Amino acid sequence: MSGRVEGSMAGGGSAVSRVVIYGLLLVFAAIFLTPLFVMLITSLKSLDEIRDGNMLSLPQSPTIAPWLSAWGTACIGLTCNGIKGYFGNSIMMVVPAVAISTILGSLNGFVLTKFRFPGHKLIFALMLFACFIPFQAVLIPVARVLGMVGLGNSIGGLILVHVVYGLGFTTLFFRNYYEAFPTELIRAAMIDGAGFFQIFRRILLPASGPIIIVTVIFQFTNIWNDFLFGSSFASGDGVPMTVALNNLVNTSTGVKEYNVDMAAAMIAALPTLLVYVVAGRYFVRGLMAGAVKG
Amino acid sequence: MAEVSIRKVEKAYETYKAVHGIDLEIADKEFVVLVGPSGCGKSTTLRMVAGLEEITGGEIWIGGDLVNDVPPRDRDIAMVFQNYALYPHMTVFDNMAFGLKLRKFPREEIKKRVDDAARILDLTTLLDRRPKALSGGQRQRVAMGRAIVRNPRVFLFDEPLSNLDAKLRVQMRTEIKKVHQTIPTTTVYVTHDQIEAMTLADRVVVMNFGRIEQVGPPQELYHNPATRFVAGFIGSPAMNFFPVKVTNEGGLYVQWPGGVKLAVPPQRANRYAPYAGKEMTLGLRPEHLTETHDIEKPGVVRIEVPVDVVEPMGMETMVHFLVNGEEMTARVDPATHAAPGEMLPLAADMNNMHLIDNESNKVV
Repeated sequence: MSGRVEGSMAGGGSAVSRVVIYGLLLVFAAIFLTPLFVMLITSLKSLDEIRDGNMLSLPQSPTIAPWLSAWGTACIGLTCNGIKGYFGNSIMMVVPAVAISTILGSLNGFVLTKFRFPGHKLIFALMLFACFIPFQAVLIPVARVLGMVGLGNSIGGLILVHVVYGLGFTTLFFRNYYEAFPTELIRAAMIDGAGFFQIFRRILLPASGPIIIVTVIFQFTNIWNDFLFGSSFASGDGVPMTVALNNLVNTSTGVKEYNVDMAAAMIAALPTLLVYVVAGRYFVRGLMAGAVKG
Repeated sequence: MAEVSIRKVEKAYETYKAVHGIDLEIADKEFVVLVGPSGCGKSTTLRMVAGLEEITGGEIWIGGDLVNDVPPRDRDIAMVFQNYALYPHMTVFDNMAFGLKLRKFPREEIKKRVDDAARILDLTTLLDRRPKALSGGQRQRVAMGRAIVRNPRVFLFDEPLSNLDAKLRVQMRTEIKKVHQTIPTTTVYVTHDQIEAMTLADRVVVMNFGRIEQVGPPQELYHNPATRFVAGFIGSPAMNFFPVKVTNEGGLYVQWPGGVKLAVPPQRANRYAPYAGKEMTLGLRPEHLTETHDIEKPGVVRIEVPVDVVEPMGMETMVHFLVNGEEMTARVDPATHAAPGEMLPLAADMNNMHLIDNESNKVV
């Protein structure tokens, strides 16, 4: 009996603090989610309804017309085909850039931890250094290089830039993860007869799930959301989603179509949101693994 | 035929030398154990034989081939690691089959070899499991199975039992010996445990500071150690070392600092006579310091020591006593009455004495 009384007292104390904690969490969640909420409901309203001025009110007659318009018919500059082409540009840029930078990063991590060579520390330090160079500082040299190799103003050029820029990060992620990978397994595979790439593919990669997810999310988000490189090294129909969104919003055809702008912004944000929803919990787990063991 | 020949092999790192030009000839099907304290270069030597560590000097031959520049996979060797090094994402079967698959063996041949090895190692019911679902002893057996299926020219073991608990270690030791008897293959085995070395080896190689101290069959090392290091390293509890002075007073004696004089048996007198008058070290194993039953035997001398600690082990009792501040051990019958603080008469069997030169640390 007495144990029960104590238990309920302790429960009472924690109940108060729980209310406080959850209350605070709810308040902050509301603050962070409000812009998203406004975007969502605005994108589902007609222009007339928006002009009434009740930003937070739910749509009276929800419509998906703004979404269809943003996707297929909205005018960007002089063409009125919506953002679908630019969405495609971004996909064509992000997928290879993420894949290549992740694969190269894991190969780098493998070499830097398990196939060490004289000077490996220096090389790694230099790669780390690359993470801290601000984008803006390299714009002009990069533009020159892209022009010289014939990749200026193309998706291929953007892929190259993002791969090179991402390598520092992906290498860091994989190196720290592989540092904790038992070297004896590599040795056992060497004696079993596996070569460099066989060890990589059959021993190391099967154990790399968490860090691959971390890297892919990180790279996907960064490259998808990039605006600076996209606006500097591409133009016209070749620009990625982010730049097109900016152009859409800034294209004036007399009326400011807030609902279409919001719908386009939502479409632009969807892929990264989706990636987080699907793989977010692995993201935290993988980051922890890398951080603790590295 | 797969003899291993290590000739003047050296391993130098940037700042220090791990192995100082060692020579070792290992015969076909021989079981050789490299033993020594940590940092003595035994594991480095093994890794050089495996090809996992580059050789900075000398030559390594396996089965008549110079393998200095041959990568591990082409040396036709198999290795068992301390942490087992099983591939965590593969089943037991796939772990054992991995090396054969990489070498493009036909499927039926792989299955046959893995099944055979599994039968020898009692792993047949575990073939579908992942390493995570195995006990330490089972993992160790899988690691051995992975080596056996390859049917290599040489087995290399790198401290394979040191992660197991004491009971399992003894069991697996027997198992390894059995496997070697079933499938006689040239074996190089590294351990820091001298009991493992003694029980498993055809020949033991004692290493210290990157050099070979002595090579020989276990009994030989035990009874005729060449150096003070070997004398102290082989045998448990370790050999007692007494600082003594050799004196010649109508017969040869060794004299403890306290003044106790022990007669050197006549058959050893000639050997030790040249050292008369010198400060030497007397080595005597605990089992040669026993209760006084056979005091009548020639060469056995009676001494009295102050008992410090008594450790009954069941079939025998260890008695520790202090000589000149140093702990010494005697191995007596459990029936012998010994209590801390009392004087205990002991029989020192001088027929098994060792005399060590303090300058060269060699047993004379």
